Amino acid sequence: MAQMNMVQALNSAMDIMLGRDPNVVVMGQDVGYFGGVFRATDGLQRKHGEHRVLDTPIAEGGIVAAAIGMGVNGLRPVAEIQFADYIYPAFDQIVSELARLRYRSAGEFWAPVTIRTPCGGGIRGGQTHSQSPEGIFTHVSGIKVVMPSNPYDAKGLLIASIEDDDPVVFFEPKRIYNGPFDGEPDKPAVPWSTHPKGEVPEGHFTVPIGRAEVVREGLDVSIITYGTMVHVAEAAARSAGIDAEVIDVRTLVPLDVDTLAASVRKTGRCVVVHEATRFGGFGAELLATVQEECFWHLEAPILRVTGWDTPYPHAFEWEYFPGQRRVIAALRHVMEAS
Amino acid sequence: MRRVSRLHIPHPPARPGDRPDFSYLETSPPGAVARPDVNARVRDIQNLAVEMVRVLDDAGEAVGPWNPHLEPGELQIGLRHMLLTRVMDERMQRMQRQGKISFYARSLGEEAVSVAQGMALRPGDMLFPSYRNQGLQIVRGRPLVDLMCHLLSNTRDMCKGRQLPVMYHSKADNLFSISGNLTTQFPQAVGWAMAAAIKGEDHVAASWIGEGSSAEADFHHALTFAAVYEAPVILNIVNNQWAISTFQGFAGGEHRSFAARGPGYGIAGIRVDGNDFLAVYAVTQWAAERARKGGGPTLIELVTYRGAAHSTSDDPARYRPKEEWQAWPLGDPVTRLQSHLVRLGEWSDERHEALQRELEAEVGNAWKQAVTYGTMSDGPRLDRDLMFQDVYKEMPAHLERQREQLNEELG
Repeated sequence: MAQMNMVQALNSAMDIMLGRDPNVVVMGQDVGYFGGVFRATDGLQRKHGEHRVLDTPIAEGGIVAAAIGMGVNGLRPVAEIQFADYIYPAFDQIVSELARLRYRSAGEFWAPVTIRTPCGGGIRGGQTHSQSPEGIFTHVSGIKVVMPSNPYDAKGLLIASIEDDDPVVFFEPKRIYNGPFDGEPDKPAVPWSTHPKGEVPEGHFTVPIGRAEVVREGLDVSIITYGTMVHVAEAAARSAGIDAEVIDVRTLVPLDVDTLAASVRKTGRCVVVHEATRFGGFGAELLATVQEECFWHLEAPILRVTGWDTPYPHAFEWEYFPGQRRVIAALRHVMEAS
Repeated sequence: MRRVSRLHIPHPPARPGDRPDFSYLETSPPGAVARPDVNARVRDIQNLAVEMVRVLDDAGEAVGPWNPHLEPGELQIGLRHMLLTRVMDERMQRMQRQGKISFYARSLGEEAVSVAQGMALRPGDMLFPSYRNQGLQIVRGRPLVDLMCHLLSNTRDMCKGRQLPVMYHSKADNLFSISGNLTTQFPQAVGWAMAAAIKGEDHVAASWIGEGSSAEADFHHALTFAAVYEAPVILNIVNNQWAISTFQGFAGGEHRSFAARGPGYGIAGIRVDGNDFLAVYAVTQWAAERARKGGGPTLIELVTYRGAAHSTSDDPARYRPKEEWQAWPLGDPVTRLQSHLVRLGEWSDERHEALQRELEAEVGNAWKQAVTYGTMSDGPRLDRDLMFQDVYKEMPAHLERQREQLNEELG
């Protein structure tokens, strides 16, 4: 085991897969010589060569389209979109092509592309460097959607995504690249070395796609969340003194319904938390699923805690961000309902 | 001999530790390129897209048919705008380093692009700038305090706190809202120009992207629509050699000039020395006149060098030689125009130093005033209700509920 932050864990995952599988290629803007604007591919080109770790032109649609072509021709591309906010020029290639290739060709053609992309706010990035667009992609049939919340899962899930024969959009919450973040920006930053999931095996391992994890056990209410908000939710439950069970969804598609349902059947109460905007967001899918599976066990309405339905504002970052206060208010609300 | 296919990986001529090498840069002698009539057919002026229009020679003399023959007063204004851009950039960079603003992007070495082009256009022309065109804001007379209040996201921020710094706008000054997304505004400028033509107005639109951004599909959309409708638009590629860590070869610059893409679409293309104030002014004036006379769009490639980091989040020492800017064959746009004015007898080192001091004071005073309207850490703050406004023209009920929820949350 080694101490890793999330960037190092992602780097290690790609390094191992480049070493194990000659068909794996890493590609994206600034990922080669420079090693990526967040350093996630640092040293990979030097070690594995320029034909395995490719800088690309600034064209997100081109990056994904080329990755599809490479995937069809036997490679296993790991494409980086520098910020999730910049993924939209690739939207048609992802939705109309990557997601449906296997289906429309009756299984004859497919492209095992992994698209890595940093998402989320809390870094003073304004509306073009803060978005959480995962819900847009969960609505598309044919792609898997993953978002880890810690270095251990980041490495294990990225290796699993690269090895998966289906396309995966892999969201990386950049606010927690360097350490877990509980939603309190004025507190000193905490490194991953203080967190058990900062201990990461150096070699190959996987965290299976499609499995949620109970990261905090509790009896009174289930918090279903993912990404940065896992840490905010845990801190909120702790500071409010509520015996909440916190579930890290980890894989949004395919969703681990059994783990979510088992928890809510036990607690009878549920709060869904994500950083993305609320309306039509992935929280609505989580809420609907829990309602369908657990209706007769529910003792209170299920609530959502989310970002507001506005673009991510530069000056109001912490008024926008669904911090502990908003989570605690929702927890109290469902606890008081009878 | 048996041949196999191969994958070409573009390599910049120099990396950190190497000697800068600009032997790849093809230039034309100052004054050497002919200036065609503005109504010339694209097929007859394709040379403009591969040669390089230059006016200022190494001695600071203005030579050849592209000399715009500007009055010394105009040149002095241009020099002032460029120097003001540079002084403000340096100061804002320091303010970012001190944590006063969250982000900044300097235009060091590229000041002639925005200043000369902005001056060659008319106030009624609509500008769609990129995030490195602060000179356009200065040419259009935007008060420094206003620009700084935006950088501070304070109570006088024109964007009401919604945008990352440097994403200015001013409807009154025909400066479109800057997007952080690359190339998205290139085809929008074409649409604006199409509307001007539909309405029978005499205005042109202009937009700017970097050479790296020419890889985006929106570049193709812009050139196709501009060509099809012969729209009165000036599409500018600022080829500053570097797109964060990737050099211009990663946008296709190894094989053909960027300007040459214009004739490929049936659009006039001009390659110009982007650090030559007079040449930049002249080609922009030519393109604007061509557009106003119904001659349609022009694609201009401004060959320059990004003297500073991509942004305050970037460290170019990791990917290019530190001395590269000093070795750039086309020099510094400020000192080149300065030498020209000195040669004309219209400027001196003393006047230049005095101007530098004056502009530093102007920038310093503007900053002092701007911070009185609030900073990121103290002073007055924007009303947080603003977060929910302008998402739609009228606030829908669900946003109204969220606004109330936030107010309850914060008490």
